[in-house]
Amino acid sequence: MLNEIFIKPFADMVGAPDFLLQVLWEGLVSGILYALIALGFVLIYRSSRIFNFAQGIMVVFAALTLVGLHAMGVPAWICVILTLGVMFVLAVTIERVVLRPLVGQPDIILFMATIGITLFLIGFGEIIFGGENKVMITSELGIPTDSVLLEPWGGLLILEQKDITAVVVAALLVVALLAFLNKTRMGRAIRALGDDHQAALSVGISLQTIWVLVWFIAGIIALVTGIAWGARAGVSFALEVIAYKALPVLMLGGLESITGAIVGGLMIGMLEKLFEIYWGQPLLGGNTETWFAFMLALIVLLFRPQGLFGERIIERV
Amino acid sequence: MLYRTAGQFKTSYQADQALFPIRQDAVLLGIILIFAWAILPLVASEFAYQTLLIPILIYSLAALGLNILTGYAGQLSLGTAAFMGVGAYACYKLVTLFPWMNPIVAILLSGVFSAGVGVLFGIPSLRIKGFYLAIATLAAQFFLVWLFEKWGWLYNYNASGAIQVPNLEMFGVYVAGPQASSVVQYFVVLGVVTLMTLICINLTRGTLGRSWKATRDMDIAAELIGINLMRSKLTAFAISSYVVGVAGALFVFMWRGAAEPNLFDIPLSFRILFIAIIGGLGSVLGNYLGAILIVGLPVVLNTVPEALGLPISSATVEHLNVMIVGSLIVFFLIIEPHGLARLWALIREKLIIWPFPH
Repeated sequence: MLNEIFIKPFADMVGAPDFLLQVLWEGLVSGILYALIALGFVLIYRSSRIFNFAQGIMVVFAALTLVGLHAMGVPAWICVILTLGVMFVLAVTIERVVLRPLVGQPDIILFMATIGITLFLIGFGEIIFGGENKVMITSELGIPTDSVLLEPWGGLLILEQKDITAVVVAALLVVALLAFLNKTRMGRAIRALGDDHQAALSVGISLQTIWVLVWFIAGIIALVTGIAWGARAGVSFALEVIAYKALPVLMLGGLESITGAIVGGLMIGMLEKLFEIYWGQPLLGGNTETWFAFMLALIVLLFRPQGLFGERIIERV
Repeated sequence: MLYRTAGQFKTSYQADQALFPIRQDAVLLGIILIFAWAILPLVASEFAYQTLLIPILIYSLAALGLNILTGYAGQLSLGTAAFMGVGAYACYKLVTLFPWMNPIVAILLSGVFSAGVGVLFGIPSLRIKGFYLAIATLAAQFFLVWLFEKWGWLYNYNASGAIQVPNLEMFGVYVAGPQASSVVQYFVVLGVVTLMTLICINLTRGTLGRSWKATRDMDIAAELIGINLMRSKLTAFAISSYVVGVAGALFVFMWRGAAEPNLFDIPLSFRILFIAIIGGLGSVLGNYLGAILIVGLPVVLNTVPEALGLPISSATVEHLNVMIVGSLIVFFLIIEPHGLARLWALIREKLIIWPFPH
């Protein structure tokens, strides 16, 4: 038993390094997607202290809108622009109808409101687009679908080009986002609002505009995530479960930190794959991915209650 | 007018702190209890038992358990369904291992197991707070549901992977299983729920309840006035999980009749959280009002298109229901963030001073 737990998995890893690399690559790609969803959470949490549970369904909704519009015969790139328009309308509606009347309520109330939004969007999406699994318009968007074969140490490593594209696009998105938050007026306004609502309001930053903006950016991130994940697994409401995966990422990385979301996402993506392949399937009957990330985050949190990169929680009396 | 308090003089602190400081409250509760115990069983149909009465009672009990943890002790939990699952599976193991055991005793005992698991997953709450804790409770949710699926011993290694409630007899009457009648099950559920509510009301009014409330309002201050936070938080987790576990056992044994692991998945957790929040955090009454709304609403909505003669397919109705429930949640949060219980409290205030405005 001890051999099975402590020695055999590592021997397997060394024995088949190409397979290990393949596992890590798969983990990295899903980790990127977790990180993207977590990024949407972090943005909204930083600027408004709202724990936005609807991020997962926004991913589904964006992807469904894109595919649905294309099915009506609209050219692929115009679909993307139209979908962005839909996400903007969604952001404005959510701010107007839900968030504005709830400003200043306790965190848990706002959290529940986002779950209400989630339910609404699930029902709405099912009525408009139907619940069946759809194929993402990968090639129409110009995303290559071949795979790259590498042969490290005489083994075989298969990298799908759409995964590589997803990684590259995600990296670009993060860089653009960081530049936006750190270099532009609007970005600084978002960070100011996150630091102190009252102070930000008193220097003339509009809460409403920033909230719409932040939800819109979260919508853009949702669309990118939706395209990337949809290209791998098809578009359906089952996608929503990956939203839950973003939660341990947030815990691990810290609710306020963009770096944390990315590092946490990659760590969880790779570690859960490793655990599943080398420990989960042989010893525990598989499917450990549903809880491994949460347990990992829980253990880390016992030592660092604010996550790896979160703001230190300072309690004043 | 109906709530006039004139003439009800309190001459001691005890009278002032009584469970029903106003006589009309006690009368109202008495009427509701008579209604639930005597009149409803006479008029309710099989459909009413299975879609309204029994589920409302069970959901209120689960929400009550969650409310102790979230509303009274301030620890947000998203893992309620998993603890219900622990109760249900524990009850199943108890009745299959010890077939001679009285079913009600088994149901009440099964809560003990979920209390134990609850304390285990409550330990992180000593260090983690707020949303971090909420996500930590999701660890319990996902881990336990996975365990229900993989640990064959829990469902006696049967091929379907689900638990089937056997026929259980008590004093010559079937109380659970395919042969049990709805009326008997209704009375069992009502009895357990009444008992639990009575215990919970008194717990929240006593020393323990006050220490929970202090922990919720400001844990550092609570610690400074000498409340043992560890004891306060862990008892909240234990008692909350106990009630939730009993609700879970009732859920499967008195209502569903069979359960698969994914029955205890996250949507059920959220459903119960909705009930607790829409009903009102930190109130006992709210759980019932919330459950009536959340359980009753889809039933009502399902009958509307038929009554209006609209040609809508049942799948669309299902989706429309989800949409409407979602928007109603937002709507209720906007009009009364403190829940339906607060709404009732406001109405009661108005009734007491009626017809005067102040």
